[in-house]
Amino acid sequence: MSDVYVVGTDMIKFGRFPERTVPSLGAEVALMALDDCGLTMQDVQALYCGNLGEAGSGVGQRILQLIGQTGIPVVNCANACATGATAFREGYVAVKANMYDVVLCVGVEQMGRGLLGGGGAAGVETEGLIGSATMPAVFAHVGMEHARKYGTTFEQFAKVSVKNHHHSTFNPKAMYQIETPLEVVMSSEMISYPNTKLMCSVNVDGAAAAIIASESAAKRLGLMKRAVRIRASALTSDPYSPRNLVMPDFNGATQLAAKTAYEQAGLGPHDVQLVELHDCFATAEIVHYENLGLCGAGEGGRLIDEGATTLGGRIPVNMSGGLLSKGHPIGATGIANLYEVTTQLRGEAGKRQVEGARIGLTHVVGMGSSCAVHLLEKV
Amino acid sequence: MSAAADTAAPKSVAAFLKVSPDGAHYLAGSKCGKCGEVVVGTRDVCGKCGARKEMAHIKLANTGKLYNFTVVHRNFPGVPVPFISAIVDLDGGGTLKGNLLDVEPDPAKIKFDMPVKVVFRDAGRKDKEGNSYLAYFFVPANKA
Repeated sequence: MSDVYVVGTDMIKFGRFPERTVPSLGAEVALMALDDCGLTMQDVQALYCGNLGEAGSGVGQRILQLIGQTGIPVVNCANACATGATAFREGYVAVKANMYDVVLCVGVEQMGRGLLGGGGAAGVETEGLIGSATMPAVFAHVGMEHARKYGTTFEQFAKVSVKNHHHSTFNPKAMYQIETPLEVVMSSEMISYPNTKLMCSVNVDGAAAAIIASESAAKRLGLMKRAVRIRASALTSDPYSPRNLVMPDFNGATQLAAKTAYEQAGLGPHDVQLVELHDCFATAEIVHYENLGLCGAGEGGRLIDEGATTLGGRIPVNMSGGLLSKGHPIGATGIANLYEVTTQLRGEAGKRQVEGARIGLTHVVGMGSSCAVHLLEKV
Repeated sequence: MSAAADTAAPKSVAAFLKVSPDGAHYLAGSKCGKCGEVVVGTRDVCGKCGARKEMAHIKLANTGKLYNFTVVHRNFPGVPVPFISAIVDLDGGGTLKGNLLDVEPDPAKIKFDMPVKVVFRDAGRKDKEGNSYLAYFFVPANKA
């Protein structure tokens, strides 16, 4: 099977756009991605659309109503916070299988504000009665498991947020570009220990898109110069673990996805120069350092202490500002991570450019649980 | 609230919390006859090894150890905070999430692996139809 490439990609600046609609945000970013590589809807053979909030309403088709109803197949994907990456992967699989030459993948979401998860079940309200199922609490439990095993501290988790907010000051498309010193992060409102408000990702509206092409199409269309090769695409569900029914096992799902992706590419963690990972909460980033093999088990706290994952460090993580500061529009997040790594590998990331990057990794997890890992390579 | 709801036996907050008219409440679990795995809830197929027709439906222990916790300070309107969301490994198998009571909600005062007991009490809240609910809670074993 021949190689498959990202030939065009873009994202809108994340923010809050209550006057817009989900299809209009998706349409805007689809045209931006097409313009990035000079193609039109007439070149696109299928649309893979990721959106969670309006998953039952044919978001992909409603996007085409705004940018050109060419009659192409539309696949609408919903896979919790892995929705965007799942849509991208479905597009990749179809091109890899020689079903299509050129496909468009769009991730888009409009979010409310406030807590996600928990509440809303039929019968009596169980939130706060039999523990908490809000996302800050679920990922607090993830961090506390790491604290239990390795002694990871509140301060170490907080440093993740300091770093990612710092990175976002170099990313004009991030929701925020604000430095948040350690004492500010640690003294902001405690939501669910050890996650303070500034250690929780930002609910924003957003959209990101990517155009995937086969090697023959990329060459025929003259798009190889800025093309980025997809070296691996892995999607997992959570393998059985004993506490899985009450503690969603993002660790097991991520470890399996990372192993699968590295094996597909014939690469290892030491070959990767930058990572965009799922920092939905500051606690999550440290466990994923280990799950993705960026350091050994129990070394995640040390990695953040040493600055290894900051711009200029050994393995920069979340150069975009991450979900913590760029924002987390659920269906768009996975493709936005791929946009960031593609932009970095093209050498077009401006002040946040990781010099000499040749291989980049993207990672998202979804509640329920799922994980998607992609490895991209500079051509 | 209807009179019927006032006099009816309480409902259960979770399918695995079995409410008996005689007050003999218990946590229902399943044990796989093939691989030995124990899980909370009634299952017919083992999630670990996939064995079918091997799951024995059992009563789980009312004692265990605190595996994990977080102190929740912000929640939805109407949910009293702070509270401790605790994850407990039950003695003999099965892991359960619930509120840990009778401990100060201060991370410095909550110890991993502290022995806890499962207690069954009224939920202290009702559904929209006015039905009462039985809930389970964790308390430190030395305070039970």
